[in-house]
Amino acid sequence: MTEIRTLIRRRKRMDGLFMAAGVATTFVGLVVLGTLIADLVASGAGRLTWSFLTSFPSRFAAQAGILAAWVGTALVMLITMAAAVPLGVAAGIYLEEYAPRTWLTDLIEINIANLAGVPSIIYGLMALGLFVYQLRLGFSILTGGLTLALLVLPIVIMATREAIRAIPASIREAAYALGATKWQMVRDHVLPYAAGGIATGVIIAMSRAIGETAPLITVGALAFIAFLPPAPWQAHFPFVSFEWLWAPFTVLPIQLFNWVSRPDPAFRQNAAAAGIVLIAMTLAMNALAIWLRARARRRVKW
Amino acid sequence: MMTRRARVAQRLRERAVEGLMFLAAVSSVAVTAGIVGILVYESLPFFRQVSLREFLTEPLWTPLFADPRFGILPLVTGTLVTSAIALLVAVPVGTVTAIYLSEYAPSRVRETVKPILELLTAVPTVVFGYFALLVVTPWLQVIVPDLPGFNMLSPGIIIGIMIVPYVSSISEDAMRAVPMHIREGSYAMGATRMQTALRVVVPSALSGIAAAYVLGVSRAIGETMVVAIAAGQQPHLTWNPMEPAATITAFIVQVSLGDLPHGSIGYQSIFAAGLTLLVMTLAFNVAGHLLRRRFRQAY
Repeated sequence: MTEIRTLIRRRKRMDGLFMAAGVATTFVGLVVLGTLIADLVASGAGRLTWSFLTSFPSRFAAQAGILAAWVGTALVMLITMAAAVPLGVAAGIYLEEYAPRTWLTDLIEINIANLAGVPSIIYGLMALGLFVYQLRLGFSILTGGLTLALLVLPIVIMATREAIRAIPASIREAAYALGATKWQMVRDHVLPYAAGGIATGVIIAMSRAIGETAPLITVGALAFIAFLPPAPWQAHFPFVSFEWLWAPFTVLPIQLFNWVSRPDPAFRQNAAAAGIVLIAMTLAMNALAIWLRARARRRVKW
Repeated sequence: MMTRRARVAQRLRERAVEGLMFLAAVSSVAVTAGIVGILVYESLPFFRQVSLREFLTEPLWTPLFADPRFGILPLVTGTLVTSAIALLVAVPVGTVTAIYLSEYAPSRVRETVKPILELLTAVPTVVFGYFALLVVTPWLQVIVPDLPGFNMLSPGIIIGIMIVPYVSSISEDAMRAVPMHIREGSYAMGATRMQTALRVVVPSALSGIAAAYVLGVSRAIGETMVVAIAAGQQPHLTWNPMEPAATITAFIVQVSLGDLPHGSIGYQSIFAAGLTLLVMTLAFNVAGHLLRRRFRQAY
């Protein structure tokens, strides 16, 4: 009897220890994230001034800034969104609402799942061969934006499908019962109800694109850009200009990479300050997405 | 009533919309075709100059030197060593975290911790590279004083931490899909939670857990910025994680930063390296798929 009691006690102690190990491993990631942010703030917060945001890069660490980098990031994201959102949402709608069950549909689905696992630098190589040299788009903002659009396309498609799948069939039947055509049903019912879920997916996709570095290096984003792309407006007809699409560019993560790779420790502060800006943007976008998702789950009851 | 013409117009519009959406869906297949096509097309001239035998057996990779050598092995060992370290971190940490979240944690804790862990995947990898080079390496140098400033250990550990959420999230989903009555059977036999988790739940969920590991491997071998920043960029045939080395991805970055004319052997070599990386990723995914089939359990 006592033997069994000791056995049980030992087993229970093991169980407790294992649970403690579980709590500890769960915290590993959180501790690393916390340390990372603390180090960035400690080394970079001092450099985070107005002139840092409004200066071009410079060979003097104290005068260098991220003006060209954040303008480049904003313009590249504009192209990425303009390309990835319509394409991804249309593909998602087709797969959920229209696609017949054929081998072609199966192929498209398997393909999207596999694309999500392809290393991002491979997209960069493809873009270098295809956009830069075959299509002759050059080392431009347009090339950079399209590259990232292809990279995040699977995320947008999968988010769209998930959002559409959550809409009950009764909604569709009601629309058909009133005589709506398929496209009217999709446009007036499916799309508006799925909009929240799609927006969440788009935010996640953009936060991924903002931090991507490797594929933009292969398509020739430069670290030293001491000018802004041409403005998208002009004084004479037709008043809008698309010259900026063809401009060479840099983005925030590439500026950071350049500063990290310099041996001069003064640039380390700049790297940390750029890191704060970058991490603040991506974490804020993800927090927004998590909040949107939680709110949608609470509010929508079919 | 609709006129005949309006009805025809409407039908045309319906067909046009469907056609456009179909094109969008097919475009994802075109992306894959583009990736494979471009990588093969651009590396063909490379393999016309370099025999496959030299590519796979030569121990030196110096494509930009005056006396170029084209052996991919040093880049492959660099990739495998950093990925192996990453897995040594991510597999235990991710699996134990998944077991804790699935079997022990109350649902409130799980619902709070999971999204926070997933924030780790949102941090740009270039920031993790900064962290590996300027924070983790100096710490490791306190423990191992003669560790060089560039080494494979520190980026390997950081990649491991980065992929923990992929491993833990998918493993946890797999464990939670194990039906409750199987656990109850184990408890009824007098097993503790730990015994139930390790001997009943984990084996039943093995197929899903294997899928999580495969995703982790794909992420680790494709990871670029952390190794490009913190591992050094010298191709170097070694299995020792304390030494600097270049991975396939780091080599592609290093060459792209320079100014290489289109069509030169250096330009072609990054496509050959990229093709190798794609084949490695594919090989691990196929292996994972077979593993999953082997362990699949149906309830």
